[in-house]
Amino acid sequence: MTETLTEPRPLSFEEALQKYDPVLGFEVHVELNTATKMFSSAPNAFGDEPNTNVNEVCLGLPGTLPVVNGKAVESAIKLGLALNCSIAEYCRFARKQYFYPDTPKNWQTSQYDEPIAFDGYVDVELDDGEIFRVEIERAHMEEDAGKLTHAGTSGRIQGADYSLVDYNRSGVPLIEIVTKPITGAGERAPQIARAYVSAVRDIVKALDISDARMERGNVRCDANVSLMPKGASAFGTRSETKNVNSMRAVEHAVHFEIRRHAGILEAGGSIVQETRHWQETSRTTTSGRPKSDADDYRYFPEPDLVPVTTTAEWIEALRAELPEPPAERRRRLREAWAYSDAEFRDVVAAGLLDQIEETVESGASAAAARKWWMGEISRLANARETEPAALGVEPATIVELNGLIDEGRINDKIARQVLEHHLDGEGGPAEIVQKRGLEVVSDGGALTAAVEKAMAENPDVVEKVAAGKLKAIGALIGPVMKETRGQADAGKVREIVLQKLGIQG
Amino acid sequence: MTTTLSGLIRLTAAQMAVKLRAGEITSVELTQAHLDRIAAVDSTLNAFLHVSAEEALQTAAEVDAIRAAGGTDAEALHRLAGVPIAVKDLIVTKGQPTTAGSKMLEGWMSPYDATVVQKLREARLPILGKTNLDEFAMGSSTEHSAFCVTRNPWDTSRIPGGSGGGSAAAVAAFEAPLALGTDTGGSIRQPGAVTGTVGTKPTYGSVSRYGAIAMASSLDQIGPVARTVEDAALLHELIGGYDPKDSTSLHQEVPAFSTHAAAHDVTGLRIGVIKQLQGEGYQTGVLARFQESLEALRAAGAQIVDVDCPSFDYALGAYYLIMPSEASSNLARYDGVRYGSRVLPEEGPLTMERVMGATRAAGFGEEVKRRIILGTYALSAGYYDAYYGSAQKIRTLIQRDFDAAFEAADVLISPTAPTVAFPLGAKLDDPLAMYLNDVATIPANLAGVPGISVPGGLSEGLPVGIQFLAPSKQDARVYHAGGALEKLLNDDSGVPLWAQVPEVEEAAQ
Amino acid sequence: MSEISRADVEHLAKLAHISMTDAELEKMTSELGVIVDSVQKVQEAAGEDVPATSHPLPLTNVFREDRVGHVFTAAESLSNAPDAVESRFKVPAILDEE
Ligand SMILES: [Mg+2]
Ligand SMILES: [Zn+2]
Repeated sequence: MTETLTEPRPLSFEEALQKYDPVLGFEVHVELNTATKMFSSAPNAFGDEPNTNVNEVCLGLPGTLPVVNGKAVESAIKLGLALNCSIAEYCRFARKQYFYPDTPKNWQTSQYDEPIAFDGYVDVELDDGEIFRVEIERAHMEEDAGKLTHAGTSGRIQGADYSLVDYNRSGVPLIEIVTKPITGAGERAPQIARAYVSAVRDIVKALDISDARMERGNVRCDANVSLMPKGASAFGTRSETKNVNSMRAVEHAVHFEIRRHAGILEAGGSIVQETRHWQETSRTTTSGRPKSDADDYRYFPEPDLVPVTTTAEWIEALRAELPEPPAERRRRLREAWAYSDAEFRDVVAAGLLDQIEETVESGASAAAARKWWMGEISRLANARETEPAALGVEPATIVELNGLIDEGRINDKIARQVLEHHLDGEGGPAEIVQKRGLEVVSDGGALTAAVEKAMAENPDVVEKVAAGKLKAIGALIGPVMKETRGQADAGKVREIVLQKLGIQG
Repeated sequence: MTTTLSGLIRLTAAQMAVKLRAGEITSVELTQAHLDRIAAVDSTLNAFLHVSAEEALQTAAEVDAIRAAGGTDAEALHRLAGVPIAVKDLIVTKGQPTTAGSKMLEGWMSPYDATVVQKLREARLPILGKTNLDEFAMGSSTEHSAFCVTRNPWDTSRIPGGSGGGSAAAVAAFEAPLALGTDTGGSIRQPGAVTGTVGTKPTYGSVSRYGAIAMASSLDQIGPVARTVEDAALLHELIGGYDPKDSTSLHQEVPAFSTHAAAHDVTGLRIGVIKQLQGEGYQTGVLARFQESLEALRAAGAQIVDVDCPSFDYALGAYYLIMPSEASSNLARYDGVRYGSRVLPEEGPLTMERVMGATRAAGFGEEVKRRIILGTYALSAGYYDAYYGSAQKIRTLIQRDFDAAFEAADVLISPTAPTVAFPLGAKLDDPLAMYLNDVATIPANLAGVPGISVPGGLSEGLPVGIQFLAPSKQDARVYHAGGALEKLLNDDSGVPLWAQVPEVEEAAQ
Repeated sequence: MSEISRADVEHLAKLAHISMTDAELEKMTSELGVIVDSVQKVQEAAGEDVPATSHPLPLTNVFREDRVGHVFTAAESLSNAPDAVESRFKVPAILDEE
């Protein structure tokens, strides 16, 4: 806390960028969605009673030995391919040794100088539609640690009386993706940070190798930032902000670190190579621990595991299973659906691409699909405090609902009610309309009577319409709806009014 | 040979099995006879850290009941069913404590069985208890146990070898007909040599390591300890085979080792004498017995050839880099967080770091700390290539030497240990002198090849061991050669060496 | 003579998380020196062109099917714990780092 007093004030972002070029680097950890752990057959599951998703292997009991989860290796290769990496013909696991209570063996089984995938790239799309290429250094397989909870007043390590360890997460398969230093980002650095993490998340989600939920820690980002004076070519000292676990936070963390570094450098200070912690509430980072020479991990090849070798046949078989890359898919869908840039961005941001695509495939128009998912379904999800995708609306239901509107059997307003009744378990749209008698009143008798009544009660409106102001018909629709308890077809009302006044529609 | 109750324990395991099957004796009688023997002599020998009389007798009674009932269940019983066995306390057992000879694990109860223990249970061998060892198997004398010093039945003022001194002494003193050992650099073979018993280090990967508390993962191997080559072969057949829980486990059928042990014919067998494993450092008496064994084999028709393995001169150095490196890592888990003892620092704040430091300071003995520090050094930044990396290259060279030697010979032969059992305490203050005990056994571990030690006679009234080595996966050859030498020497002296062990002073009942 | 100093041993003991007294550090320094001197000759024989062998037998690609096996109950997991509370292992405060 004293550091805020002693550290120079961060520079403004604009000023920082005038004087320095930022260099970024990211280490993203992806938790795989395998059924079992990386090296043991205990379940890889979230949210259970502590220490119940473990066996002797993930507790590191004496005498236990690891066995590699073959599916995790295939996931790693697929991810490597999706990141445009080369896949190692031969690679090994290594022990990364450090003592920490969340690490049962006091080493993490990881990969060191022989990662499964290396030398790739990801093209990330920025807000203005421009593509920025982030180069990938490597992607390697490793295991997650257990979960430490610090008991005490602060809930943080400092001031904790003791800590509690749950090893349920211990041994969950991870793939760590490490970028090469990212230069040339300039003022777009924070945006690139967000877009990169977002792209990685999209890729692992599309590959279906991870649940990819950042709020659950399925995707975790360590962001490295350093500055070099404009025109320089030697990198500055970097800071590593650990576990930034939302895309917005990644953007903010990079933004803040650029300002903080610049502030220190401007004041004539020098950057300490250290880990930093992201503080969501203040949108700042705080000092963790400095890198020290005690960080001697004494890596050596894991003698309890044998090497992994790959063949061209195996790699090609896995490549054949890869889905369309998310960025390409977005490009294709945007063209096919003819949405505006803003419309499409909103759909992507809402995470409703899959739903809209399925709805269109089921027979809805792209416009109708967007209207429903971005409109009423999102509103209902919001009201029910859930995600649109989690509401359980089937694409076929939307197609059916939309068909009822097109046929003139219900109007938009009724359709919204039908959807709510559907979600409450009252059956399919047509069934609900029938059971509840919601079909619009479009038969000559009742509707004509209601229109006549409305015209009689609003002579001023009738006068305007007769004078050619056709828009004024709208003022008659309200009273008609009232008369028919909302079950009138607005188009039909208009037809009748025009017919009565002898005007050609 | 009598079959009085006290005479039972002096049978071989194979003979016991025959009598059990014939219904001449029951497993309860046989097991009780061994428990009686343990009660009589173990306060002198200290071969056992834990005796599980109740469990052993229960297993024995189950075998007897199945046999008495007859039918398919009785016929399906394993050949060794009902023959008791002792287990080195480095191998985890449910329901019996496992300490690894360390205060660190005092009171620890494993919630799972080692794969080999599971096999013993399935075959219904009564488990008599857990035998003493150097702490975490680090030593060649069993003096580094945190609990007691095991004595050699041939001379109770001398070491029984190590680290598996408990298993070897128990088998030599008729406390158990069979035992399990582990061999990282000679811990089955060297105790076998100095106690006049038989011990095999199987091909790396041929017996599952799952449940053997790791010292050096790339060197450790579980193997049989017995009084005869045939008994060792029978036990090896039982514990061998593929295990999906051990990634280094080999996919292969377990050969009928006992058939090879009984083959005896060495006509035309090419036996390679390793130039580097004799001479300086080897006692005259040991070399004399070794020469006599060669003569006996030659006389029986074997072809004795000389082989040169120049890289073996570097084996000890490579071993004392690889072993401590892997051990320093394998033993990192003993930190007082999840199991085992936790020791609080006597002063200063109670941080996790300091509690771990105090726990490991108090829980580990001197030799263990020495190896952890040495291994930490060999792996640390800036030294890896010079030490661990170089040692791994020596390993390649040693494998090449073996490959060349096995072009010229079917099996290789050497003394198992350079000396007979030395007096307790003689080498405790000189780690390097202690390490030299393993000079002849270490190359096999570095290369992963199988080796056996069989008795080769006496020197100064103490047993000398002869070692046979074979190519990887050719364990059958060491049983063939070992069985042949055993028979030649037995025929010569008229009585097996193991039957000549002096009577151990029995404790007052 | 060996290049191992007392400060080296102190650093190694810290890396290995073993508290050592001054007397232990002294003794360990001299013993380690002797051992390291004796093993150093491996470097003579380990030529540039010699590949390293980490496993005695050259196996590759040993994989497990992604199928769930047995698990412990919380009580089983904690059965040997020096200290535990609320189904979790309890450890003293960790002050050094986060
Ligand atoms: Mg990392
Ligand atoms: Zn990582």
